Amino acid sequence: MQLIDQHTKQIMEGCKERARAAGLRFQDESLEYIVTNRDLLELSPKMMIPTLYDYWVNDVEVLKEKGKYELYPGNPYETVINTRPAISFYNDNNPDWLNVMIFYHVLAHIDFFQNNLYFRHTWDFDLAGEALTDKRLIARLRAEHGRWVDYVIEFARGIDNQVGYFQELSQLHRQPADTMSRRLNYYFDVFIQSVKQVKISDFIKEVDRFNECMQNFGKLGENTFFAEVTRKYPEFDAVFAKSQSSGQQGRLDLLQYLMEHSPFLNRDENKWMKSVVEVVRKTSIYFQPQIRTKIMNEGWASYWHETLFLKDERIRGHEVEFARVHAGVTSMPRVGLNPYALGMRLFQFIEEQADKGKLTYDYQRILDAETRKRFDAGTATGRDFIFSVRENCADFLFLTNYVDQEFVDRHRLFVAGKRLNKAKMTWEYYVKSRSAQQYRQMLLDTLYHPPCITVDETKKNEGLFLDHHHEGQPLVQEFIANTMMGLEFLWGGPVKLRTNEVVTAPQLAEDVWAGMEEPEATWHTVIYTMKDRQLTKTVL
Amino acid sequence: MNDALQTYFDQLKQRGLSPEREALLRAELADNGHHKSRELLAEPLPDGFHGLNDFCCLQEASEPQASYTTRIGSLEELLERDRRREQDGFPRKIRVGRLIKPGRGDKAKIVVVPTTVEEKFIHDRIRPTGEEGASGGSGDGEEGEVIGEQPVRPEGDQGGGGAGHGGGESHELESSAYDIGKILTEKFELPNLKDKGKKSALTRYTYELTDKNRGFGQILDKKATLRRILETNIALGNAPDLYDIDTTRFLISPRDKVYRILSRELDYESQAMIFFLRDYSGSMAGKATELVASQHVLIYSWLTYQYERQVETRFILHDDQAREVPDFHTYYNLQVAGGTRVAAAYRLVNEIVEKENLARDYNIYVFHGTDGDDWDTDGSEALPELKKILTYASRVGITIAEHPYNPGRTEVEKYLFASGLLNEKPEIIRLDVMKDDADEARLIEGIRKLIS
Repeated sequence: MQLIDQHTKQIMEGCKERARAAGLRFQDESLEYIVTNRDLLELSPKMMIPTLYDYWVNDVEVLKEKGKYELYPGNPYETVINTRPAISFYNDNNPDWLNVMIFYHVLAHIDFFQNNLYFRHTWDFDLAGEALTDKRLIARLRAEHGRWVDYVIEFARGIDNQVGYFQELSQLHRQPADTMSRRLNYYFDVFIQSVKQVKISDFIKEVDRFNECMQNFGKLGENTFFAEVTRKYPEFDAVFAKSQSSGQQGRLDLLQYLMEHSPFLNRDENKWMKSVVEVVRKTSIYFQPQIRTKIMNEGWASYWHETLFLKDERIRGHEVEFARVHAGVTSMPRVGLNPYALGMRLFQFIEEQADKGKLTYDYQRILDAETRKRFDAGTATGRDFIFSVRENCADFLFLTNYVDQEFVDRHRLFVAGKRLNKAKMTWEYYVKSRSAQQYRQMLLDTLYHPPCITVDETKKNEGLFLDHHHEGQPLVQEFIANTMMGLEFLWGGPVKLRTNEVVTAPQLAEDVWAGMEEPEATWHTVIYTMKDRQLTKTVL
Repeated sequence: MNDALQTYFDQLKQRGLSPEREALLRAELADNGHHKSRELLAEPLPDGFHGLNDFCCLQEASEPQASYTTRIGSLEELLERDRRREQDGFPRKIRVGRLIKPGRGDKAKIVVVPTTVEEKFIHDRIRPTGEEGASGGSGDGEEGEVIGEQPVRPEGDQGGGGAGHGGGESHELESSAYDIGKILTEKFELPNLKDKGKKSALTRYTYELTDKNRGFGQILDKKATLRRILETNIALGNAPDLYDIDTTRFLISPRDKVYRILSRELDYESQAMIFFLRDYSGSMAGKATELVASQHVLIYSWLTYQYERQVETRFILHDDQAREVPDFHTYYNLQVAGGTRVAAAYRLVNEIVEKENLARDYNIYVFHGTDGDDWDTDGSEALPELKKILTYASRVGITIAEHPYNPGRTEVEKYLFASGLLNEKPEIIRLDVMKDDADEARLIEGIRKLIS
């Protein structure tokens, strides 16, 4: 791995100036490396971060499975990584004009990393440095505990898609408590609900009493209110203080729960495992936004490399070559999804809509097709608008908010179905639907969405009891055994999982017509129990 | 299907068939498929888009490919780790991935891919049987209109998945088969061949005085030397009258002396000849075929290793007729159709062996993969042929990939047991019966059974 040469760096700096002028914002520093195939091989399982900890599964050829099971957050080998300074990787044989295009693409990625709020938790430290300390930690532990370190990594990674990414984010975005004090929030939100579990009528009575106190005593109202509280629950102050000091707000995610409550991990001789689990958790949280913003991120980068390249005077004469490469990247496939193409078109579409003032209630109310077509409020705020989209959305919101029938129609998009033709023994690809609603649903279905699995604390006496919240999808069955075996190891006792499984799969209809209802599956609830490394299943 | 098959079916029916048997046979009879070769088509983009990345899309770089040797190197470590896992009380995790990547002619490729998955709680998709997940699309077409089609390939043939990515690690069948064989032997503890006796000692060199050399050597070849001297002297004009030669005037050049020298000769005599027999009748559709073909690749690989590449292979496919196909590609790819008559394949083996006089020069191995179905229910045709094979073969291994719906023993299994051949000659004939959803480990276990 080596840095790009001075000549190429010069091109990069030129690109930075122009990108800044167009409104992109990013840190001054960036590192560009030339990588060989061999470097790529070593880097790709580590998500291109050279300092990520070593793990044997990375040594196995994992690329084959990539994407298939959403196992790997982010890209196996993204060109740009979200570090401080941002690092990007290049082939060593790109011509200058192509480098210009790639640099713009890269700069837009960097801009995205550094401004999109879903990356907020990655802004304050440098992953490359942090990962290096983690790597050293794990190497040291490996020297002491041998292969058991790898088992802990394996088992922790088994549930690393259960990390509380949004909990982590929400703490960063939290508004400073304004009118309500923390004590008050804790009392009403946590203490009497979760700790005391009072009835709803009692809860309302407390709210009434609080309002009364505030009315009667003004500024002293809150203290008066709590004077009564401490009389009723003498332990309240202590519990509140403890909740504040632990620094933990809100629900613990599964890995945190294990670290906090697992009898096994909290044994003195096993304390080291907790640091391994923490490394796995931290790394996973770091990569969560990447996979949740794939369409936006690539779309944003494609949008900008197109916009900026065409204006760049340094590449005159290479327009045709650019057009070829650009089309290769951003053409809509006949069947399949291309995040570059889709994201770019959607950004362009949003910009145009905002330019004409179409993202307004006034426009939405118009029913007449002709009027809609000719509508132009002349607001010309498209650029600003896409910048705010880039800042505030992840793929889910991006698609839900902006993929509408107009967009689908304009680009002649459709949901492509694939079905078996038994007579010919072929797979048929067919146009399943051109409705925006269904197209959007199809897009949302392909987004990364880990199952929601929480600890049921009311069943503490049965060991670790997990609840999979049903969202119309079963878990991948063959993975359950090993994942739960890992949990049993980390927990040090039996583990149960309640989930739903399909009894009868939906049958394929003979005919398919527009707007037909999808066939439904029937479900039953099962409980898996992992005890002494044996998995049993009971149907409820 | 064809009339011959129909006639055969009628004959069988006259002899009497149970209703279930008849149903099975009729199913095969009615299935008007053809043994067409499966074509690999360019596949549309996979469902998910998370696999796309700047390197491939923007910089047009190919996916990084580990070289074959590093894979094998690390495979050893990985398998060692896997063994330790088992000792630590966790199930093994490494699987030997897909092995076959068929190509035309002798360009079939085999790639060993150790794979492992990280198990996690993740969502599975439920979809109606026969319907794959929806994807995005763009362009023309009314709703409901079919815009393209693609032949169904039995699942598991994932050659396509990796196809199109560079050519870096692709290997010709032969060389990588050797490596797989090595791995199989060393890592999966497959038995080494026992009969390392005279007959199977291979790549033997013999030293014989066959080569000739002028000027020096071990033994003077008098006749050849004289002929040389004569030629030289005719050229020199020392023998004007060929009917009255005066040898005293002859000049003898050192270069004229022809000697015989010792030379190393390859002894090709005891090679191995492997017959692979695959049932490609209608009932073999799906997993059964996949399983048999995979196992045959592994066996082939292993024997290649054992015989240090001195292996010749013959591929025979059969439904109710048997035919020989020239290469592994065809062997692997032809689709199933037609009825089943095991005897046909055995007969063809016997014919080939007889015609080419193979029994004298070769160690003959016959591996037969079937789902156990045979229209010839009692084996009255197959068994005599099989017995004949047993007279010369070093090993006959029969793999039955049982369909789950098959009640009790299959036809082939029944008549093999009834014949008592398995007990009579356990050193020559082996039978392995597995369910058709067996995994790689089971396949290897099967090979051990067939070969040990």
